Amino acid sequence: MYDVVIVGAGPGGSVAAKTCAENGLNVLLVEKRQEIGVPVRCAEGISKDALERFVEPKKFFIAREVVGAKIFAPDGTEITLSEEKAGNEVGYVLERKVFDRYLAKLASKAGAEVLVKTTAYSFERKDDVVKVKLRRMGEEWEVETKIVIGADGVESRVAKFFGIDTTLKPNEVESCVQYLMTNIEFDPDYCYFWLGKSIAPGGYIWLFPKGESSANVGIGVMPSLAKKTPKEYLDEFVDKRFSDGRIVELVAGAVPVCGEIKTAVADNLMLVGDAARHADPITGGGIANAMKAGYYAGKVAVEAVEKNDFSAKFLKRYDKLWKEDFGKNLAKKRKLQQKLLKMDDETLNKIFHSIPKNIKELSVRAIVLEIFKKYPKLLWDVKDFIF
Amino acid sequence: MPKRMKKKVVVNRYKCAYCGACISVCKYNANELVETFLLIYEDRCTGCGVCAKVCPMGALEVIKCTT
Repeated sequence: MYDVVIVGAGPGGSVAAKTCAENGLNVLLVEKRQEIGVPVRCAEGISKDALERFVEPKKFFIAREVVGAKIFAPDGTEITLSEEKAGNEVGYVLERKVFDRYLAKLASKAGAEVLVKTTAYSFERKDDVVKVKLRRMGEEWEVETKIVIGADGVESRVAKFFGIDTTLKPNEVESCVQYLMTNIEFDPDYCYFWLGKSIAPGGYIWLFPKGESSANVGIGVMPSLAKKTPKEYLDEFVDKRFSDGRIVELVAGAVPVCGEIKTAVADNLMLVGDAARHADPITGGGIANAMKAGYYAGKVAVEAVEKNDFSAKFLKRYDKLWKEDFGKNLAKKRKLQQKLLKMDDETLNKIFHSIPKNIKELSVRAIVLEIFKKYPKLLWDVKDFIF
Repeated sequence: MPKRMKKKVVVNRYKCAYCGACISVCKYNANELVETFLLIYEDRCTGCGVCAKVCPMGALEVIKCTT
């Protein structure tokens, strides 16, 4: 019998597996794909602090370091933020294909068993033991475990087996497409963000440098507001802005932006990362929170095994950890997002114009504060977030 | 048995980028992503079309057919 079966070998799952294995638990990490980290579904940005909290940064999985972010209003007005102030998703641009494999390797080195091309397709709780049904290349079998950690991403089904409904609504998800582009002109020291209902309703377009001459150019839109597919919006933008660009890779994906969920635990279960809807509702970034959650879930799993208590009541301490660390922030960001969604492009332009030109570098907080001073009505109900 | 109209979802496999967006919004558990292959379970699908709405690639379509 395993102590923990972890479903999904993304950053959340692998950090959880590593944490459990380092503390002597008997761990199985299951990944449905035949290659860990592929296909990528990510813009690959993460802040330096967030990464370094869990992994020593290595050249081979970092594609590019950036020093800041350039944000563009619908009419093209630009503001530039320095890296330490731009928030969680600027700093390093990773090579996720390499990074995810590296994390899985760390987990396996720590003692976790890893299975790829294997789907965990059913879960049955009985007498405080979970029977996990596995399927690989046509072969089906069953393993037993005390705890399941669901790190199975945005399409998570694990939660439902344990009675947590995490189904997203069309206004709780960003539908995304991204191209890896070459032959384009940009400053490789900056991440770019383009805002506006006309270019990306309910989302934004981004450019994250992967090197001096290539970058991830992608889009997220909210399906409840979009009139076309994100691919159509992105193609329109790329045709205008990077008409000579070449697309050398295409990825698609979805990001949960519903904010903090009530609970990410049930009897014998913890959810981490996108499966627990841990992505940031404003930026869509998810790597940092997934790794934090994986770490906390791993720690709580160790305690649970020590105490031999796998009840939801005990596992609630995991809820407490992630909520205190970043969950409350997710809730606030969701509120702020609701506000932003109501803003039309003209208001957004006005706000960008009102940001003092003589201040070259500002923090996100300072900008929001400035907006609040000029347009108190606009952000009145999210003032708690600002102050 | 009399024929009746039913809605179902069809996948354009040349467009599908197997990203899982459709899975995340299906409350009927009527789809599954097996690695890179999207399965749709017609017995559970109600044809509500929410999956087609969120598909980034426009690879899903709700069609009417007779049963």
